[in-house]
Amino acid sequence: MKKLKKSAINSLISYGIVILAFIVCQLTINAGTMSRSLKGQMIPICVYIVMAVSLNLVVGISGELSLGHAGFMSVGAFSGAIFSAWLLEAFHIESTVIRLILSMLAGGLFAGIAGVLIGIPVLRLRGDYLAIVTLAFGEIIRNVMNCLYFSLDEGRLHVSFNNPVLPGKLIVNGPTGATVVQKLSTFPMGFALILFTLFVVLNLTNSRSGRAIMATRDNRIAAEAMGINVTKYKMMAFVTAAALAGMAGALYGLNSSTVDPAKFKFDTSILVLVFVVLGGIGNIWGSIIAAALLTVLPELLRAFSNYRMLVYAIVLILVMLATNNPMIRSLSDRLFHRKKPAARAQKGGASE
Amino acid sequence: MTQSTGKKRLLDTKMVPAPSQGIIPERDLLSTPVLEARHLGIEFGGLKAVEDFNLIIGKTEIAGLIGPNGAGKTTVFNLLTKVYQPTMGTILVNGKDTAGMNTVQANKLGIARTFQNIRLFSNMTVEENVRIGLHNQVKYGMFTGIFRLPGYWKGEKRQHEKAMELLSLFDMQDMASSRAGSLPYGAQRRLEIVRALATNPSLLLLDEPAAGMNPHETEELMHNIIKIRDRFQIAIMLIEHDMNLVMGICEGICVLNYGRIIAKGTADEIQANPVVIEAYLGKKKEG
Repeated sequence: MKKLKKSAINSLISYGIVILAFIVCQLTINAGTMSRSLKGQMIPICVYIVMAVSLNLVVGISGELSLGHAGFMSVGAFSGAIFSAWLLEAFHIESTVIRLILSMLAGGLFAGIAGVLIGIPVLRLRGDYLAIVTLAFGEIIRNVMNCLYFSLDEGRLHVSFNNPVLPGKLIVNGPTGATVVQKLSTFPMGFALILFTLFVVLNLTNSRSGRAIMATRDNRIAAEAMGINVTKYKMMAFVTAAALAGMAGALYGLNSSTVDPAKFKFDTSILVLVFVVLGGIGNIWGSIIAAALLTVLPELLRAFSNYRMLVYAIVLILVMLATNNPMIRSLSDRLFHRKKPAARAQKGGASE
Repeated sequence: MTQSTGKKRLLDTKMVPAPSQGIIPERDLLSTPVLEARHLGIEFGGLKAVEDFNLIIGKTEIAGLIGPNGAGKTTVFNLLTKVYQPTMGTILVNGKDTAGMNTVQANKLGIARTFQNIRLFSNMTVEENVRIGLHNQVKYGMFTGIFRLPGYWKGEKRQHEKAMELLSLFDMQDMASSRAGSLPYGAQRRLEIVRALATNPSLLLLDEPAAGMNPHETEELMHNIIKIRDRFQIAIMLIEHDMNLVMGICEGICVLNYGRIIAKGTADEIQANPVVIEAYLGKKKEG
């Protein structure tokens, strides 16, 4: 019971800090003290935080290296764009909030389906092979998007492959991407998505399924011997992460006037992976902070103009060195974890 | 119950022939044997690691599997738990054929095991390790867990109670929130047994449970093995090199050498068997 309470308190603190950060941001926006470029960055920050936290579910919690996370984001972005246009035309739903929520759910659903389809063959592989195949699948999704044409004709959707001649108004136009009818994303909704993601990931890791996922990561053979279906739980983590990435993708897509498939290249997958690795694999908090800082950083470095990417790279290397430095690690352990590993060991030894 | 009476009661066990090949304790004659292996064998690229392995284990029997290093004892465990698929023969668990099953299904059918080199989830707490063992005993779905529906609270509470009850078997309740990897060696071995017991097995396979333990701990372990058998009414099969333990608590002992069974019987019979002595110590020089 004591343990339950502890994890519940930890989750509450997490939500509290996120809510506090949101209020501070919202206040500075309302007061007009936030710079314009930073204001424009708020929704991408939310998107990348959700992407990083969801990828951390695969890389950190289930222990599989996935290099195709941007693929799920693109599925979510495109289905969100299509769905929002369809909702407006077929059902005349005017409320932007309801349309955005439904579009995000649709984005999550389709990305989840893509996750299942990809997960079935991919999760039979292990280690490096899994990474390579997810990389390939991310590229395949992007290339499929390059050849897809959707049009909307009086509330009916038309799909074709490699053929731009469709009745009605074209909303997805192959390599040029999707046209977004109306910009729907708002910062509060992005914030709500972060909270939802945290809720799902934190609650999942503190449940029976989450323990099973971590067991398959820590020791596959022992997990199987305990009657845990390894593939099922790897799949669960993979599909949940894909669905969350799809929701983030929908938010991202509906934030601009067009969705270009080229935005979801391999680079984006790697960028999200960088957030996860820098924030610490398996560390949800680290992912949030890394995603927020590294999304803002290129904008803040505008003053350095030509040397921007160079400084960015140097900052990355410094952060990596700092997070892997044993001295800094033990310092942060002492500061942030009341129960140190050494103290736990002593306790175990004393009761023996 | 003291150590000596437990030992004595077991040594008095009468072994009788089962309907097919093999022997089981008299009291288990009327119930279906928990395990029946018939002509079990496995080949690794032409090398016969285990061959023609026949064994019956009674419902509440404590059985021993011994043999020199490399005899194929752990391979037998891996065959029984379906880590390897046998290339020959059949395995019946509680009368059911396990052909084509995987490790997970074998566990659900009632086979649980511990490992020779400890395989705990060392970054998790002791209680979480046991809770993972309870995975298929106390169930609730993924959505119940994420959205904290009433089933979640009920399930977590039952898991906690059951985990504590099992840990109390070995007086380990106090360590419940310590990290499993930080426990002393002996406690880790005990935790593995508790975790295996949590899966509610009918046959518990222990792979060298006394390895690395001092004589005092081994004695305690012997006592505990009998306690587990009596309390849960399950069969236990163990691989062990500590002959005091094997001869002390095993009712039926099976000796393996070069992948073949060379002797079966009670402790006294095995100790007197010249083939077994030869396998362990070598042939006496003639003349």
